[in-house]
Amino acid sequence: MAQTDATPLVASPRSPYVRRKTTRGNFELYSWVFMRASGVVLVALIFGHLFVNLMVGDGVHAIDFAFVAGKWASPFWQVWDLLMLWLAMIHGTNGVRTIINDYAQRDLTRGVLKSLLYLAFTLTVVLGTLVIFTFDPCPPEAPAELLASFCTA
Amino acid sequence: MTAVVEENTASSAPESQAGAVASFEVTLRIRRYNPEVSAEPTWEEHTVTAYGTDRVLDALHKIKWETDGSLTFRRSCAHGVCGSDAMRINGRNRLACKTLLKDINPDKPITVEPIKGLPVVKDLVVDMEPFFASYREIMPFLVTSGNEPSREHLQSQADRDRFDDTTKCILCAACTSSCPVFWTDGQYFGPAAIVNAHRFIFDSRDEAATQRLEILNDKEGVWRCRTTFNCTEACPRGIEVTKAIQEVKRAMITRAF
Repeated sequence: MAQTDATPLVASPRSPYVRRKTTRGNFELYSWVFMRASGVVLVALIFGHLFVNLMVGDGVHAIDFAFVAGKWASPFWQVWDLLMLWLAMIHGTNGVRTIINDYAQRDLTRGVLKSLLYLAFTLTVVLGTLVIFTFDPCPPEAPAELLASFCTA
Repeated sequence: MTAVVEENTASSAPESQAGAVASFEVTLRIRRYNPEVSAEPTWEEHTVTAYGTDRVLDALHKIKWETDGSLTFRRSCAHGVCGSDAMRINGRNRLACKTLLKDINPDKPITVEPIKGLPVVKDLVVDMEPFFASYREIMPFLVTSGNEPSREHLQSQADRDRFDDTTKCILCAACTSSCPVFWTDGQYFGPAAIVNAHRFIFDSRDEAATQRLEILNDKEGVWRCRTTFNCTEACPRGIEVTKAIQEVKRAMITRAF
């Protein structure tokens, strides 16, 4: 077929569709299994948490600063809440990572979104863990009117 | 529906014989694309007279042969075996040669587009190369040793039935091009490649199952499947595609733990 100068150049449609690199490894496998396992554990942890906080004893009316302080005085609830925090954060972050991978079309967009995600993850997990382990309901130098009633009693 | 049309034709045309196939007018809304004319695709409508026994492919033939010879599409066998004419008809991936016009409401214009996610070359023709590249990657051939040409590789009926479903694939790309994960960036292996890997992974005569699992245990492999079942719905051969993908996932997990 005769080609004239007016014929517009058609870019090769193949270039962006070649698989760029092989990315074999068990990471996605473990992350897939983790999502299922942590999901099951989280159901137990969260419903246990809701049951203890909202239904046992006075139920929702019992929740105040003292109630939380009392729970975190026990290593059992520290571990429970720590597990809940970590599992929920890893589970959620991994889910959002998957969604970003699925929907972001450009590598730059993908990179920026994932950096923000990991930053938010790190902040929340570090702060949360710190609070669970260093929580002191009655700091000694605090003014008395800001403290819970059981500290002064 | 057909019966009504038949009655109408019979009463309006008394000379038509009893048992004659009903005819009706049908409009096809076709997505045309010719990079030598315009970089933008356009919609074009054609109305043709079709019969109750006609498929979408027959209507496309009529347009190409009688109205507009520049209409471009692929078809080879025209009987649902070669897998050349997968296209998006009324928003669903189907084979044009297996879809009867009367089954997809010919009262309204029928939209015909190229399958999604693969680069369009012209009109309904897409570049299948990325699709076949993934297919080649999973080594779609029997890998085995022993029984050199002299003897058969025997297999029990139960062993044969294990992968029977996935032997039906005709590589039409209807599944892969219906997958939203594939649409994003075309990096995902796609259901068709996994189905064809499944066909060998679960073949008792094949010895390269581990290698194939290794290939598909990729960031772009089976773990990108979100089980949306688009592929199972799209498959013109009725292969349970999502189930096959899940079986490959399970094989990987049992291998890893």
